[in-house]
Amino acid sequence: MTTETQSLAPVPEQNSVPVSLRRKLRLGEGLLEAILFVVGFLTIFVTVSIVVVLGDQALLFFNDPQVGFREFFLTTQWQPSIGQFGIWALVSATLTTSAIAMLVALPLGLSSAIYLSEYASPRARSVLKPILEVLAGIPTVVYGYFALLFVTPLLRNLIGTENLGVYNMLSAGVVMGIMILPLIASMSEDALSAVPNSLREAAYAMGATPFEASIQVIVPAALSGIGAAIIVGLSRAVGETMIVAVASGATSKFTFNPLEAAETMTAHIARISGGDLSYNTIDYNSLFAIALVLFVVTLALNLFSQWIVSRFREQYE
Amino acid sequence: MQTETPQYAIETRNLSIFYGPFEAVKDVDLKIEKGKITAIIGPSGCGKSTLLRAFNRMNDFVPTSHVNGEILMHGINLYSKEIDPVEVRRRIGMVFQKPNPFPKSIYENIAWGARINGFKGNMDELVEQSLRGAALWDEVKDKLKESAYALSGGQQQRLCIARTIAIQPEIILMDEPASALDPISTLRIEELMQELKQNYTIIIVTHNMQQAARVSDFTAMMMLFGETRSGTVIEYDKTDIIFTRPGDKRTEDYVTGRFG
Amino acid sequence: MAKDLYPNKDDLQKFVDARYRTAWVWQTVFLSALLIAILALSALILNVVDGAFGYVVYEFKKDPALVSEKPIDDLNQTELIALLKDNLSRGAYNKLNNEKVMETRSEGELYGLVIERIIQVKTLKTYPLFESLFNRAAIEAEVAEKFPGARLEFRSWLTPDFLTTPMSSRAEFAGVRTALFGTLWMVSIAISFALPVGIGAAIYLQEYASKKSLMNKIIQTNINNLAGVPSIVYGMLGLAIFVRAFEALTSGALFGVTDSNGRTILSAGLTMGILVLPLVIINAQEAIKAVPDSIRQAAYGVGATRWQTVWSHVLPNALPGILTGSILAMSRAVGETAPLIIVGASTFISVDPSGPFSKFTALPIQIYQWTARAQSEFHAIAAAAIIVLLVLLLTLNATAILLRNRFQRRY
Ligand SMILES: Nc1ncnc2c1ncn2[C@@H]1O[C@H](COP(=O)(O)OP(=O)(O)OP(=O)(O)O)[C@@H](O)[C@H]1O
Ligand SMILES: [Mg+2]
Repeated sequence: MTTETQSLAPVPEQNSVPVSLRRKLRLGEGLLEAILFVVGFLTIFVTVSIVVVLGDQALLFFNDPQVGFREFFLTTQWQPSIGQFGIWALVSATLTTSAIAMLVALPLGLSSAIYLSEYASPRARSVLKPILEVLAGIPTVVYGYFALLFVTPLLRNLIGTENLGVYNMLSAGVVMGIMILPLIASMSEDALSAVPNSLREAAYAMGATPFEASIQVIVPAALSGIGAAIIVGLSRAVGETMIVAVASGATSKFTFNPLEAAETMTAHIARISGGDLSYNTIDYNSLFAIALVLFVVTLALNLFSQWIVSRFREQYE
Repeated sequence: MQTETPQYAIETRNLSIFYGPFEAVKDVDLKIEKGKITAIIGPSGCGKSTLLRAFNRMNDFVPTSHVNGEILMHGINLYSKEIDPVEVRRRIGMVFQKPNPFPKSIYENIAWGARINGFKGNMDELVEQSLRGAALWDEVKDKLKESAYALSGGQQQRLCIARTIAIQPEIILMDEPASALDPISTLRIEELMQELKQNYTIIIVTHNMQQAARVSDFTAMMMLFGETRSGTVIEYDKTDIIFTRPGDKRTEDYVTGRFG
Repeated sequence: MAKDLYPNKDDLQKFVDARYRTAWVWQTVFLSALLIAILALSALILNVVDGAFGYVVYEFKKDPALVSEKPIDDLNQTELIALLKDNLSRGAYNKLNNEKVMETRSEGELYGLVIERIIQVKTLKTYPLFESLFNRAAIEAEVAEKFPGARLEFRSWLTPDFLTTPMSSRAEFAGVRTALFGTLWMVSIAISFALPVGIGAAIYLQEYASKKSLMNKIIQTNINNLAGVPSIVYGMLGLAIFVRAFEALTSGALFGVTDSNGRTILSAGLTMGILVLPLVIINAQEAIKAVPDSIRQAAYGVGATRWQTVWSHVLPNALPGILTGSILAMSRAVGETAPLIIVGASTFISVDPSGPFSKFTALPIQIYQWTARAQSEFHAIAAAAIIVLLVLLLTLNATAILLRNRFQRRY
């Protein structure tokens, strides 16, 4: 340690850095950085755990003599009680409900985003955006209640109770669409707002109407962000559990008919694991195989959306 | 309705432009001559852009802005109720300070404006004519399908001019069109303006005194004044008069670089 | 150039009009999308309110007027106990007394017991609010015809008692007290894990890591991906790791707790903590990013170390943003249901959780369970519980917004 006087007037030493400038070993600093790194690295560990846990149990499942890899991925009956494990029975319901959800959320979400970013006055936006945020903040189990006790009766009134049961994929899909709508709207709106004003001005200075400017110039320029929003929305739909668990029925069935009841991958996991399930049974392990498929699909979708954003990011220069 | 005043492309009467309560431009009376180049000069923040953007109602997009007084084209007030701003912008094109081509191909950049405005002729011909008009044809004729962003800044700016002349406006507004460009590109734009003047009236805002002196026939000098710090036109005359024997001391100081 | 290739005087007006019409039609379409979203939100809220209040048709096993001389509403504690003793079998009475000594029970609790065990109310039918309000005559006619002798009463299923009574297998007597405590415990554990870890990770990524190193790109991508993993997958992770692999820890066996398995509040809290972790990190990163570089440079300029800079300048400035983000993460944890189902929140439990090693239930779990029941009185308490949940979330979010507005800095 240098004393007060020394540090005020450092003695120049020849061929060496003056003492007061020499790199100090700051143990505390190094330790803190190390801790922070470990903490940051923990997130990688979470992902690894997910892969290991799901993979490990799924492997137990596939190693069981009762099931085959091919049977799992290629057949369409899921009845664990008689040893049938064809995941397509569950995938079909996931696809159907997600497709309906996208059919609802895509046009509504995009339109909302365009309205908010291209038409709404700042005041209107300050009222309308929070409404979407409220919609986004409602827990999905509440949407489940809404699906079962409002949308389903409504749809049954419209379509006829003989055509539509109490549990059906249509109602679950529609409500899931309403749930995803704010997500798609807000991500798309971000993308649209990121389009520089100079492009808007260019379009208007050419005599474009607001509609021509937004649809033919602004939306194409924001397409990568909008694409990412759509894919993230889809991934959310695929992974959504509570709405389908409540409203789309508890029987696994290979069908793409939205009027029927069928169980999605997520709803099946929730129902089976919610009951009294003993560990290390084939039923138990099968849930991890389903969860693994779910994880891989949603991961692929998320990576895809990130890739779209980085690959097609507009430079606007 | 006013009677037609054929030698003027555009006329302002008692024009004031507000952003909210702030009067950015106050009491401007200008008569812009047809087929000539008029330069607007003045210190930063004196309302040049504001005035220019008022001519083709681009200020409509600033929700707080509003206009008092009149801007007349063919004797018609562009701000009267029944006037369609979209059509105004078609008749009065604009080139911006920073080149802002659409993120589309070179060809589409020109074709788009023509298409939305109901162009019925041969599109290929129009694209070629416009690019030739903007002195860009030879440089891009082999890459019309490529993105406009692949062009240099100067080329992009000429593309923006090309797409403006493609919709055949009567007046072209230019807000510091060369300020983001190098001297050679600037020169080309200036030459281009001289050619365009045969067919169009041009109003240009510029900070470059030499440029104003070189290209323009008339010059309007703007300046902030008064308590409210509003901008107004303090002198408007033939360019050579403004630059050689201006009537206003402030103009003289400004154009000779002795200003504040 | 030929000017007449553009629409001229005559068809110009028509042409422009047509374009405007298109523009107007589409603007209306865009706006209606938003209106539909608003409509859906209103429908959802009205639907819940509609379910939580309304007429109820009761049937009594014993007429309350005949049970005692005084109206039972006026009985005091000792009279209520006497009444219970008289009307219940000895075995049933002793069982109740063993659960909780009669004399220590409040008047309200005893009154509930009288209604439940002696009067034995049974709900025959419930009516939604709007029907109750606007169609009273029809309801009365229906009750008179179909349920002669039954009592028709307007009931708010959401009452102060609903908040303070524990679970019950009878909808008429059920409350969310147990579930509220479960949610509170679970969220506290989740946040005390996710907050320090999440903020630490965010500090590392924003302030220490070089933006270009491969490791950090991997960590960053990984966090973004974790934010998109379905919540049910986190549930499976929690089931395999916390409930099973670390059962000794999460059941409390290591600490001498014996009567529990791994399906405890601790397991659920940790699972939820991992679930909201990416959310906390991303929000904290945004808040830290918003602190302008000039502040950091000023600190370095006077000779501060990196940690000193972070601790005294970056964090204080980022704190409101971090807090706001954390509250949003909290509200996510409050509303998540699927992972709790997987890690085994109990659906029927009527004692308050006593610590991290307790079995538990949570508000969204109750809503799920009650919604899934067939009887309409359970739908009514599901609606009441939803109102409780939404009010809780609203409070959290309002706090976040207040915090943001109060402490937001403009640089
Ligand atoms: N959108 C707007 N909202 C509010 N005030 C504005 C807006 N645009 C410009 N102003 C104000 O109007 C005044 C004139 O601005 P303007 O851009 O017209 O100046 P200018 O002469 O073009 O300056 P420069 O030479 O720097 O481009 C300035 O005081 C500016 O702050
Ligand atoms: Mg300007």
